[in-house]
Amino acid sequence: MPHVTFTQNIQRHVSCPETEAEGRTVREVLDRVFAANPRARDYVLDDQGAVRRHMVVFVDGRQIRDRTQLTDPVPADGEVCVMQALSGG
Amino acid sequence: MSDRLFVATRKGLFTIERGKARRAGRWAVTRTHFLADNASIVLPDRRNGSVYVALGHGHFGVKLHRSANGGRSWEPCAAPTYPPKPEGVDDREPNSGRPIPWNTELVWALEPGHRSEPGTLWCGTLPGGLFRSRDRGASWQLIESLWNHPKRREWVGGGAELPGLHSVCVDPRDARRVAVAVSCGGAWLTRDGGASWEIRAQGMRAAYMPPERQYDPNVQDPHHMVQCPAAPDVLWVQHHNGVFRSTDGAASWREITTVKPAAFGFAVAVHPEDPDTAWFVPGVSDEQRIPAKGNVVVARTRNGGKSFQVLTKGLPQRHAYDLTYRHALDVDETGKRLAFGTTTGSLWVSENQGDSWETVSEHLPPVYCVRFA
Repeated sequence: MPHVTFTQNIQRHVSCPETEAEGRTVREVLDRVFAANPRARDYVLDDQGAVRRHMVVFVDGRQIRDRTQLTDPVPADGEVCVMQALSGG
Repeated sequence: MSDRLFVATRKGLFTIERGKARRAGRWAVTRTHFLADNASIVLPDRRNGSVYVALGHGHFGVKLHRSANGGRSWEPCAAPTYPPKPEGVDDREPNSGRPIPWNTELVWALEPGHRSEPGTLWCGTLPGGLFRSRDRGASWQLIESLWNHPKRREWVGGGAELPGLHSVCVDPRDARRVAVAVSCGGAWLTRDGGASWEIRAQGMRAAYMPPERQYDPNVQDPHHMVQCPAAPDVLWVQHHNGVFRSTDGAASWREITTVKPAAFGFAVAVHPEDPDTAWFVPGVSDEQRIPAKGNVVVARTRNGGKSFQVLTKGLPQRHAYDLTYRHALDVDETGKRLAFGTTTGSLWVSENQGDSWETVSEHLPPVYCVRFA
């Protein structure tokens, strides 16, 4: 099952412990995570459900390409990392 | 008379209180909240003592928090969010041509609803959406009648790259009558609680437009709009290139050209009982956003703008480059006490309508919003 971790900096605002979540795409995996932790959703995704401008998501070390629909595939044992971009200040 | 102020800054929210006993009359920071976070606006709701603050996290988006006990403890509440952008909608900021994000980029106005609607709040945002909560911020609804108005698509960014709604005036006589102001999109009025809107910027002048467009209501850049609670037909606007006043409920506006030392600025406050008394904190011009001659001053009129007094007592008069943003000047509900804060972290309070000022701090983070509890 994919393993999901979050940037340490988000923890000051909302608790996001590392977790495992089923899913074949980034959208499916994150939907599962946020179903169990609904407050975290708006910290990572914007009003349209896209990755926030200054957030980045990696799958097995590669930054995802589809920041709007989150269709990038996630392997069954994939490592999903939700980080903040340096651009956000 | 209010003994407490809330100050929202680039690096947190501060409670400022008037001292008692030995420190009687001295104002000082008594509590800090959300230190290091960007607090864009604060609303102490005088109807019930609640306080609301909007935070804009660079990475994590806009969040709202509320306190039921005057700021001693906080709980997260909902932030306004835009509905899904319909497929195929081409919504662009006209100047840059860039798509308008259907996303709350900044909370730029937060106002209590009418006294008859104790749970109601109004919220203005970048990129221009107006929201209303009926449940003290537990949920928000976009006012779609304004967002979907064809003229909204013509709004442009002012200082920001996106249009923003920064002023909300709820008529004390009628909960359904609400005026809002937009940079840049003029002033708008609903008389039916937000079901429909009409533009109300007739008479405002935009010096930054070609001659044939200067009086176009929808291109006006009101920096801030306030309404006199005791005489709600009187509204004042500090505009990008001047000061304007309406005495007919925003149906028409008259330019006030007597402001000293300059007509440029962001902030305006009106006396709660006297519609002829208003205060401004001028800068040199839109191209020189600093105080004239390095002197921080407040301009006050007591006669509806016929003349102004320049108030300086207690304010720095040498090499001071403080700029006061649109929400950073406030008057308390008696009309006696005023406070303003600046981009360089100064905060001053007056207990005599601006005749003299006390320095509270010169070392706060950049100040966005000052409000009496």
